[in-house]
Parts: sequence; structure tokens; C-alpha cells
Amino acid sequence: MADPRTHRLRLWSSGLTVGVILLAVLLVPPLVQLDEQAVDLSRKLLPPSWEHPFGTDDLGRDLLLRCVYGLRISLLVGLVAALVATVVGTAVGAAAGALGGWTDRTLMRLVDAFSSVPHLLLGIFVVALFRPGVWPVIASVAVTHWLSTARIVRSEVLSLRTRPFIDAAVSGGAGRWRVAVRHLLPAVLPQAGLAAVLMVPHAMWHESALSFLGLGLPSHQASLGNLVQNARSSLLAGDWWPTLFPGLLLILPTLAIAGLAGVWRDRLNPRRRSELML
Amino acid sequence: MARMTGRRALTAVPVLLGVTLAVFAVAEASPFDPVKAYAGTAGLTASQENLDQLRANLGVDRPLLARWWEWLTSALTGDLGDSAVMRRPVAEVIGERLGWSVLLAATAFAVAIVLGTLLGVLAGRRRGGLLDRAVSSAAYTLEAAPAFWLGLLAIWFFALRLGALPAGGLTDTASDTVTADQVARHLVLPALVLGLSQLPWFFLYVRQGVGDALDEDPVRGARARGLRERTVLTGHALRSGMLPMLTLVGSRVPELITGALLVETVFSWPGIAAATVTAATSVDFPLLAALTVLATAAVLLGNLLSDLLYGLADPRVGFDG
Repeated sequence: MADPRTHRLRLWSSGLTVGVILLAVLLVPPLVQLDEQAVDLSRKLLPPSWEHPFGTDDLGRDLLLRCVYGLRISLLVGLVAALVATVVGTAVGAAAGALGGWTDRTLMRLVDAFSSVPHLLLGIFVVALFRPGVWPVIASVAVTHWLSTARIVRSEVLSLRTRPFIDAAVSGGAGRWRVAVRHLLPAVLPQAGLAAVLMVPHAMWHESALSFLGLGLPSHQASLGNLVQNARSSLLAGDWWPTLFPGLLLILPTLAIAGLAGVWRDRLNPRRRSELML
Repeated sequence: MARMTGRRALTAVPVLLGVTLAVFAVAEASPFDPVKAYAGTAGLTASQENLDQLRANLGVDRPLLARWWEWLTSALTGDLGDSAVMRRPVAEVIGERLGWSVLLAATAFAVAIVLGTLLGVLAGRRRGGLLDRAVSSAAYTLEAAPAFWLGLLAIWFFALRLGALPAGGLTDTASDTVTADQVARHLVLPALVLGLSQLPWFFLYVRQGVGDALDEDPVRGARARGLRERTVLTGHALRSGMLPMLTLVGSRVPELITGALLVETVFSWPGIAAATVTAATSVDFPLLAALTVLATAAVLLGNLLSDLLYGLADPRVGFDG
């Protein structure tokens, strides 16, 4: 029930945040050309200052730079995982909805079974057996995140199947496959796209939890989760900044993407104006 | 109602069977080798003959389905195999840790329900008001904040800066007995962090429920009869506003387990969630498999519970569906 003014404010603030994050992540590494891994023990654990806005870590590395690189890796893993999960989910959901009957029941039982295992636990299980690395992490995020997309796409397909334009296509002589690819798929794409965008922060969160537990990315590809994990010993010695900033950088894109996706959802379903939902 | 409970419990059986089979299938497909894991560094120097003997002793040379069936039948008699990392039977490890996890999760859930209901009623009473906007924004931020990060910041502030509460573990390092007041002191921070990580969801549902209920006829009727504002809020609006939340309480078990995995690890709490992470880092398959199945069973139980609660709270809901 947001009035137009807060609506526009939300669009602008979220859009600006996402824009700044994307610019930083894309432009800083090639432009700055500093080594974020360069160790300088004479500057270790400096609190935030003008020179080092986020301070330095226990090996004297600039935390702002490390956070930008970490965010870049987290975003990349999140994007790829969300993309894989969306493609799988859309395929399963569309197949279940369009084919119906026995296929539908089997696929949906599968979705139910998958959702009975807590996501992070399933992810931990997969990563533990396939050893940590970028691809196992992406696979473990994807394997736990396609379920909701499959459900959304299936219900969308089911409601579309009874629409007149599908009847028209069928009576015009279009086959099953043609109806699915030319008529059903384009109609569900906006919903699937929305689900994919909303999944990115989720996937980032999942990856950072795995990395924090020491089951995620290797430490030379430090994501935000790795940074928090590395900061644990400094934190116990009383230095808060190596822990605080990576976490804040995880919250910021989540809120901004949720804000943008909320605006997008309101455009898709104008009758059901949503409040900001995560 | 007993019939419905029975039927739901029966539908859980194939799901559990499927999950156990999937657990074995994933292990089969992975590069993980139980023989190497069992032998450890000794496996590097052992002869091929000894390794083959070990493979036969562990029973891992047999096909996937045979091993799964054997695990399943012995699991039903309470034998879950031996944990490689703890060097003890899995059932024993789970048995002594389960209680601590339940204590932590139950306390955290209570914190989330009490705080969430209180804040939800206050915010739902005047939606769009200053209090509502402040608490709602905080709730969305909290929802986006990772639980392990919150836990670390809590340790820094309460244990290191203020020195008011212990930073982790179950008892003080100097003591070797477990006393109730020590456990209580060590429980505060992890329960608070786990509770806070579950809070946004409770809060948002109560707020929505109470806010919507305030516009409905029963509340208007209660106001017209001249009942006190407090009676209207707690007796009418909250009661019908809590209903949608009740149905979802049981379905929050997965999130609670996810949170516990992170919070127990941060606070070195000796529960089963922390054991899961240990099992995963050292690829302790028997322990990891048992804990995965246990968590799935907990999720299914939660789903059943929320169905039952909904039926009890709303007489219009039949149990035949």
C-alpha cells in the first residue's frame, strides 16, 4: 500500500545502490590495479581512517579493496547459481504444468522431498562430499534453490493453460511443443526472471554461510563469507572492523535488490501491491 | 484427528526413504572414498591388499542399494554406525548433543515469539506510523543480516567490550561440571542471536495479521460495544491475526535448523548442528547421513505440527483434506 512518493523513493534508492555496487565491482579491479592480497605487516589491523576507510586486516591488507573483490566474487557466484537454479526450476515447473498427469505428480513429489531437507544442510552435504571449490558451491546453491521457481512457474503455466489465447493456438493447429515454446514460455518468463533476481541475494547469503563454515570458496578466492571467517581471530582480540564491513556489504545489496524486485513485482501484479518483501 | 495424524505420518515415510536413498546416491557419485577416509594417513602407506580387505570389512565394495538397505535396517534398530571423527557410535553422539540443541532452539523460538508478537501488535496498531516504519525497516535489515555475523558482533560487544556474558561454550573453561546457572549464562547470547534471526518473520506476520484484523467486523463490533482498547487489541485483533502465523510456525523448522547450524558454530555450542559442520569438514559420512535424515524428520514433524495447530485454532478447518 505504498503511496507513489515512497514508491519512487524506493525505486531510486534501490536503483542507485545497485548501480553503485555494480560500478564498483566492475570498474574498481581493472582501474585501480592494486593487489588486494598485498601483505604489509607494518600496517596490520589499522582502524578505519581516511586512508583506509574500512581499516586493514591482520595481514595489513586494505579492507575496502578486499571487500570490493569479495563482493565481486560473492555476486558472481550468486548470479551464476541463481541463473542455473532458474533454468532448472523453469524447465521442471514448465514440464510439470504443461504435461500434467503422471509427470506432474512425480516432479512435484520430488520438489516436496527436496524441500524437506533444510537448504543449508543439503548444501553442506553436497559441498562436504565434493570438496570445497567454486563449482561445488554453485552446484550446492543451485540444487537447493530451483524448488521455489519450479513451483511458481508450474502454477503460472497451470493458470495460463485455460486462457483463450492457448485455446486459439491449439485450434489453429499448433502442436504441444509449439504451444509450450511459443506461447507458454514467453508468458512465464517475467515471473521466472523476477524469481531469478530475488534469488541472487539468497544465493549470496547461502554461499557466504558455506564459506564462513569453512566449506565454501578457497581462501585465495575470498568472498564476503571468507572475509568474515578470516576476521574471527581479530574479532576475538577486540578488533571489530574486519567483521563489521563485509557483513554490511552483504546486507546492502540484499535490501537494494529486494527493493528493486518489489517495484518489478508491483508492475507485474498491479492489483496486489506488495510491501517490501525479502 | 488421529486418522489425519496417522495419514500425514504415513506420507512422510516415502519422503524419508527417498532422502536416505538420495544421501547414499550422492555419496556414491562423489569422489569421496570411505576407505581412504577410514584409514586416514595410514592409507597412504598401506598395501593394496590391506586396502581391499578394509573395503570388504567396511562393506563398501557392495552395490549402492545393498548398503542402503543394510544401513536402513540397522538404523531402525537404533544402530546408526560409527562416527569416524568422534570415534564413537553415531547414536551416542546424537543422543548426548540433541538435548542442548533443543534447549537452544526452544529458547530462541520463545524469544522470537514473545518479542515478535509484542512488536507486531505495537506496529500493527498504527501501520505507517513512526514506530511501525522504524521497526519494520529494522526487521528487513535483520532479515538480510547473516546470523553468523550477528553472532560475532554480539560476542564482540557483550563478551569483549562489556565483559558481561561468556563468548561461547556451555560452561566456563575452568569448571568441569555442568551446572544450571552456568548453562543459563552461556545460553543467553546464542539464544538471543538465534531468536533475533527468526524475529523478522514473526514480527511481519503478526503486524500484517493484527493490522488486517483491525479493519474487520469483529473488531468494529468490539469497538462499538465500547470495549477497552487493550481488550480489542489482544482479545480480538491479535487472536484472529495470530491465526495465519500459527499455520506457519511448524514450517519454520528448516530456517531454525539453518540458523542453529551457524549460531552453534559461532558460539561453540555443543549441539547437533555444530556436530553437522564438524562431520562435513572431516567428511564423516555415517554422522553426516544420520544428521541429514534427522533434520529431514524434524522438518516433516514441524509440517505435521502446523497442520494440527491450525485445525485446533480454527474449527472451520476440517481434518479430512
